[in-house]
Parts: sequence; structure tokens; C-alpha cells
Amino acid sequence: MGVDGIGARVPRKEDKRFITGKGRYTDDMTLPRMGFVAFVRSPYAHAKIQNIDASAAMEMPGVDAVLRGDELVADGIGNLICGWMIHSKDGTPMKMGAWSALATDTVRFVGQAVAMVVADTYAQARDAAEAVMVDWEELPAVTTTAEALAPGAPQIHPECAGNLIYDWEIGDQAATDAAIENAAHVTKIDITNNRLVPNPMEPRAAVADYDGAEEHFTLWTTSQNPHTARLVLSAFYNIAPEHKLRVIAPDVGGGFGSKIYVYPEEVACLWAAKKVGRPVKWVSDRTEAFLTDAHGRDHTTTAELAFDADNRITGFRVNTTANLGAYMSLFSSAVPTYLYATLLSGQYAMPAIYANVKTVYTNTTPVDAYRGAGRPEATYVVERIMEVAARELGLDPIELRRKNFVTEFPHQTPVIMCYDAGDYDASVRAAQDAIDYAGFPARKAEAASRGKLRGIGVSCYIEACGIAPSKAVGSLGAGVGLWESAEVRVNPVGTIEVLTGSHSHGQGHETTFAQLVAERLGVGIDTVQIVHGDTDKVQFGMGTYGSRSGAVGMSAISKALDKVEAKAKKIAAHLMEAAETDIVVEGGAFKVAGTDKQLSMTEVALAAYTAHNLPDGMEPGLKEGAFYDPTNFTFPAGCYICEVEIDPDTGKTEVVNFVAADDFGRIINPMIVEGQVHGGLAQGIGQALLEGCVYDADSGQLTTASFQDYCMPRADDLPSFKVMTTETICPGNPLGIKGCGEAGAIGSPPALINALTDALGTEDLSMPATAEKVWRLAQAARAPMAAE
Amino acid sequence: MATVSMTVNGKTVTGEIEGRTLLSHFLREGLGLTGTHIGCDTSQCGACVVHVDGKAVKSCTMLAAQADGCTVTTIEGLARGDQLHPVQAAFREHHGLQCGFCTPGMIMAAVDMIERHGGKLDEATIRHELEGNICRCTGYHNIVKAIKAAADEMSGSVATAAE
Repeated sequence: MGVDGIGARVPRKEDKRFITGKGRYTDDMTLPRMGFVAFVRSPYAHAKIQNIDASAAMEMPGVDAVLRGDELVADGIGNLICGWMIHSKDGTPMKMGAWSALATDTVRFVGQAVAMVVADTYAQARDAAEAVMVDWEELPAVTTTAEALAPGAPQIHPECAGNLIYDWEIGDQAATDAAIENAAHVTKIDITNNRLVPNPMEPRAAVADYDGAEEHFTLWTTSQNPHTARLVLSAFYNIAPEHKLRVIAPDVGGGFGSKIYVYPEEVACLWAAKKVGRPVKWVSDRTEAFLTDAHGRDHTTTAELAFDADNRITGFRVNTTANLGAYMSLFSSAVPTYLYATLLSGQYAMPAIYANVKTVYTNTTPVDAYRGAGRPEATYVVERIMEVAARELGLDPIELRRKNFVTEFPHQTPVIMCYDAGDYDASVRAAQDAIDYAGFPARKAEAASRGKLRGIGVSCYIEACGIAPSKAVGSLGAGVGLWESAEVRVNPVGTIEVLTGSHSHGQGHETTFAQLVAERLGVGIDTVQIVHGDTDKVQFGMGTYGSRSGAVGMSAISKALDKVEAKAKKIAAHLMEAAETDIVVEGGAFKVAGTDKQLSMTEVALAAYTAHNLPDGMEPGLKEGAFYDPTNFTFPAGCYICEVEIDPDTGKTEVVNFVAADDFGRIINPMIVEGQVHGGLAQGIGQALLEGCVYDADSGQLTTASFQDYCMPRADDLPSFKVMTTETICPGNPLGIKGCGEAGAIGSPPALINALTDALGTEDLSMPATAEKVWRLAQAARAPMAAE
Repeated sequence: MATVSMTVNGKTVTGEIEGRTLLSHFLREGLGLTGTHIGCDTSQCGACVVHVDGKAVKSCTMLAAQADGCTVTTIEGLARGDQLHPVQAAFREHHGLQCGFCTPGMIMAAVDMIERHGGKLDEATIRHELEGNICRCTGYHNIVKAIKAAADEMSGSVATAAE
């Protein structure tokens, strides 16, 4: 390994621009004559639009246009779609309601856009949006799945009778029912996975420009996958053919899933740029982000886990209802199905699993993938029920898990996934040692002597990453393939550009990907430039989500490097009159093994481009591309142990110790990987203790629509984390990578709730475990002691 | 419209602004200093922190007119040429940033924090002092580490200079 290669803790190449204020985010773009957009949004959760009167707004200073949904539809702009087809168990396709970028006759959630103002300044646009008069006819609204499925519930979409989008199943129902019937013990839980708002710190934004002479659009946007955005904008929303639309995702300030999707605002801004004949910019404010960024989670589940007399799992039955909000967002249908129920086997050998998942429309913000996407929901169900089962059976929760661990690989679960490699006991041992698991009773007693309640909780998660084998996801309903592409360009002077279809919005690709090149070609990372996020530069790519950029994106780069290396070796062998098989790459040079003959990368590259002396028939140049389609998902797994201390007088929970032991396969940059885990843990702890959407049941208003009302984790809500890795190499890709982006958010919520319920002596605790909830339970827990 | 004049990153600037223009908007749109970010509407997130007359201020909470005659330092004015401020260097060294969006505000808040506390910053104080700055990427772990390292370094160099 070189100093910059695989495994090196290299500071990030991209940092300098961010720490000096030179990052370039979408909102930093300014174009000549640019107008500013403000959207007119619904104040109602469900209403008919009777009339839109823009006359007063049009008279206001600086106002250029007020545009409505009927005009957008008349111009042929297509409806927003969900790109993953799911069929109900009766074979019928999911029931997708129409979603126009600007509502034409009905609004279905608070914040849905009905019109847009274009004005000379941002303030003028906002003022004028306030002055657009809409006559509304309010309709009854529902915010929960239980209400939406109740007989006589308000109908949200004419296409979806009863608001049931699909009723889907997976696994063997008969075998699972039999296992539960014949079990020595069955543990049953009812569990809710709270609705979250992703809240990347950079709000969404779009800058759209139209060149009438070329009939060409350019969109700068806050996207995790600009090529997918271009494809969808072209193929489904009829903005322009792909070669007439350039999508640029410049620096993007976090995504966490919420910037995968093409949103109404981007569609509307592109359309408006042509309509009004000037570039336009829209920047979401934070409340708009709360109201319109796709939310995450929002499942209610009943689960039953069956054991034999030897405490081995015999069957697992799960019934889940998922709230998809008012419209089906781009990948929403896949989240509670193939990204959720396929992980219900956890780290355990389960002979039979059956899951039934119903998804439901409600008058709430659309729900889609948020960091982990389905896998946190699965892990929460599996790891809560394992903990509860251990308590019911009077067993140490780790011993019950250990007894049921998958220990031989490959392991085919009853729910599609085939685990390729892992050592679950290794991560448990690492976590136990790091937290001093054996010393917990003494710490609990010491805390009790101070009047504090201490608890410890375990979570052994598994996830499916490296999304995903195209043929497999195609057979499951995906509308796209999920491979990745890369191009490696060696310049005539020997510097290297890597063009990738992955997109970095905090993950550090500019460093990690350069480290792979450094490892392979022996060059310094400063001679490598990673190019991403621009459809005019990178031919195509599927973007970054599902912890796929290492396992899939870097595998594509690796394949392209294979080709570059092979050609460069041919050139070097020719120039040094050696056999190609004798050429080795070392320290940025091509050497003839066993001799002192060598050529630098610069010399080989220059020879490739001058083409004065190449092997007969060889094309000039040194540039290679590759597409990589994975053969399987990857399966990161690990063990998290959390220790909490509760102050029963205030209900305040302090996370006093948090240990994460993860198996991510091969790691390129440990510093960056640790950072990904830290961030994921913070989001998971946020979900468990602090964060949760609250909708007013009567009005359908989102009452948690600002940072004042929705509790984002602050620095003093969190501990310093102890993170470590164990390693089993992923056999499915050339680099052995499993992926690390989502693990923290997936594995941590059950560890927290298991620790809190351990401390409080009750299972009756839902997320977020706010101080109020914990205080009430702590009072109840204390009451018997006081009576003694 | 009103005229405001202030010193920003060592240069005197003048602008014609609407009375309601926030300092954050004046810096970004009026002066093109886009390193100051806007991440919320309620003065919670701290992405917009700058220094006004030497104190950390959320520039979305101050009218540009209120900064008339003041000395303002933004993230762009923190380094001396190519010489990074110790807090900037520490954020890079300790991986205290990921997407970079909260980073300018974090760094400006951290500089102010260190100047107020000197070398006496411990982890608990740093975490408490960061309550006005939200980061969604890092879990704060490495931000805290970076600020502690910078505080130690800066107080060390102050002590050395005093000797």
C-alpha cells in the first residue's frame, strides 16, 4: 500500500473549499437576468381548488409571472411517478394516484404547491405569493394509516379505492403459521416506527435555465443522482429529450435519501424557465423542507416470533402497515417491501418467515427512503422482539442472539436475500469487550446509589447494501438498473481524471476514490481528480444511495483501472522491449521485473498520446470506461451496545456509553468510515430519543415544521462514540467492500430503546423516547420502591 | 432603500438595500460571499454565523442595516492567504466536516468559543456551546474533537507567545 492507498487515514481532498467558504452549492449559482421563484402552497391537508386569482399579485413590484397547474398540464408536462412497480398478493398492480407538479384541482397535503411566482428578487416573489388568492373548499383529511383504512374514510385518490395502495406479501405463510402454532414460546410485539424528516442542512434548491436557440435546458439541483433526474425529467415529465437537458448537482449539502427524488419544484422551475424566458432560482426555506422533502419511516407493525424448547427460532410472522403520504414518491413503493421485509431474518437462522405489508395513502407529506430505508424498520422490529423474547425467556439477550446467529455462509434466508459472508459473533465480542458488558451490573448498582436508572441495550443489525444487481431488482419491479459506471482518463502528462456516476454529498468520494487510484497505479492522490455530478461530463450513472458508492461505484472504477493498467503495460512493454507479463506497476512507474528498467506514468501516458511508437494496431490515448453490475447485494452487519442513564426526576436520558462494532468488509479510508458511522448513529439516536413528526389529527397540519418544533440532535444530546470494525471480506465485488453509509442509523434505534426499557423495566415505550415519556415511566417504575 | 457601509473581511463595502435585508442576504447576494449559508428560518441551525465586531452572530438574525459601520468577518476572511486558521486546519485534520454546509458557521462559532474560553475548553463545554449549531452529517463527534484540538493548540501558542 502506498501512503495514500487503500486503508490509509487520508485527510479529505475536498475539505479545503468547504473550510474556506468556497464550496459551490446550488443556491450559490447566479445567472444573468435570473428571476426568483416562490411557490403558493396549500394551507390545507385536503381541499379542492375552486379558483386562483393572481391579479393582485401580478400588480406587485418586480413580478414577472404567476403560473398555475392547468397551464403546466396544458404544456404537456407529465405527472410525477413512482418508479418501482409492486403487485398486491392478489396480482393487481399498485394503485398510483396522479401527481402534477402544480396541483390543478385538488391538494392532498399541507404545503403542496398550486402556483408559482417569478419575480426579480426573492423578497418580491415571496410577497407576491402571499397575495395570490386561492378559493379553497376544505375536505376531510386523514393523517394515520388506521384512519385512512377505516370504513368511510375520506378518499384521497380516485385511482385508489379505500386508500390501500397495495397489499403485498413475502415468505411462506403456511409454514410460518404452523411454526407459531407449534412453538414452545411465542413473543409478540406491537411496534411503531416514527415518521422522520431527513433534514440535510442544505435545503433543496433548483436553478433552471433555457436556451431557446439550442432548445436546451440546464438544471442545477440538489440531487444525489443527477443522471436519474435527467432520465425521469426527460422520459416521464416531458421537459426535453435527454440530449437537450443537462443536470448538474454541484456541491450538495447532505442528502440522506431525501435528495434522490425528482420533486415538483424542479419540474416546475424547468418549465417556468422556458415559459417566462429567463433563468429562475428556487431555494427551499426550512419550513418548506419540512413540508415537502420526502419523509422517512412511519410504519406500524405487529410481529410474532416463535421459539422451540431449545430457544431456537422456528418462525417469524410480521404484519406491517406503512404510510406513504399523499403521493407515491419515486422509490416509495420499494422501501416497505424489498428494502424492508427481505431483511426480517436479521442475523438469525429462521426456518420460516411470512410478512404482509400494506401501504396506505394519507393526507401527509410523501414518504420515501431516508437513511437506511426499510432496513432500520426491519432492524427495529427484529432487534426489539429479540430483546423482549430474551427477557420473557429469562435469558441474557446476547446469548439468545448468539444461539440463533447464522454461522455458515452463504446463507439463504426465506425472504430472498442470500448472505454471502459475515462473522456476527466477532462483532458481538468486540462490542462486549469495548463496553465492558460484564461490568454493567456494578455500574447499574452504582447509578442506583445516586438515584439514577441505568440500562443496557444490544442491537445486532444486518443490512443489504451495494444496491443492486440490475437483473434481480428488475424482476422485483424496479424501473431502472442499479449498476454504476466509471471512466478513467490518464492525461498526456500522467495526471488522472476519474469520471464517476456516483455522487458525493458529504461521503468524501473525491478522497476515497482517489485512494483507489493511488493504490492501483502508485500515484499520489493529488494527481487524481474525481469528476462527478454533471450529466455533460459523466456519460451516465445511477448516483449515491443505499451505501452503494463503494461496493458498486468503486468497483466500476476498479474495472476501468484494470483496462487502463492493461493498456499501459502493453505500451510500457513495447517501449522497454520487454514481455508484457514482466511489467509491474510500482510507485507510479512501470517496471520490468528483475531489472532496473522503468518508465514513469507520465512517460507511458505521453507515449500513448503522441502515438509515435505504439504496438502495431493499438489505438492512441489512455482512457477507459467500465460499467459494473453487482452480482449480489452486500451485507454489512454489526453489533451496537448502548448504555443509558435516566434521571427519574426529570426524565432526561443520557447516553453514557455507545459502542459500535461494524463489519463493512474492506475499508478504504478508516477516518471517513468512522465519520459515516458517527453521523448514522446521531440520526438513529435522534430517531430513538428526539425526533418525530406530529400531525394535528383534525386539521392535518404538520405541527413539527421547524427546528423549533422538531428536535434535531444537538452536540450536547450525544456522547462521543466508540466505533470499531471487524472484517470479513465481501466476496461479491472486486474490492471486498460492503458499504458503511447507513449502518449507524439502522442499528442504533433498537439499542437505545432496549437500553431504556431495560432501565425502566417496561416494554411500553415508543420512539421518540422523549423526556416526558421517560419521566412518566420512571415515576411508575419508582412507585413500588417508594411503597416498600 | 437604504445605504449601508461596513468593513467586511478587511474591505470597506457599501450597498443599497431594502430595509428588511438580513445581514446573511447582504453578504451572500450583495457581496457574493456565499460561504455564509442559510439552513433554517428560525435562527436554530447556525450555518450563517459570522463575526460582527469580534463576536459570533447569526447573520440571519440581524438586519444588514444593524451592521452599518461594523466590522464583519466571514468564513472567507478567516484564513490569512493560504495560511488556514487553526480551527479550519483542525476541522480538516480531524474530519470535522462531511457535506460542508454547516461548516462555515461551525468554524466561526468555534473561533469565537475558543477566544472566549481560551484553553479551558473541555468536551462538555464545547458540546454545550454548540447548541446553536446543527450538523446532520458528523454526529458532532469529530467537530468536538477538532475544536478541542484547536483550542489546545491556540492556547498553547498563546502561552508560548507570552513567555
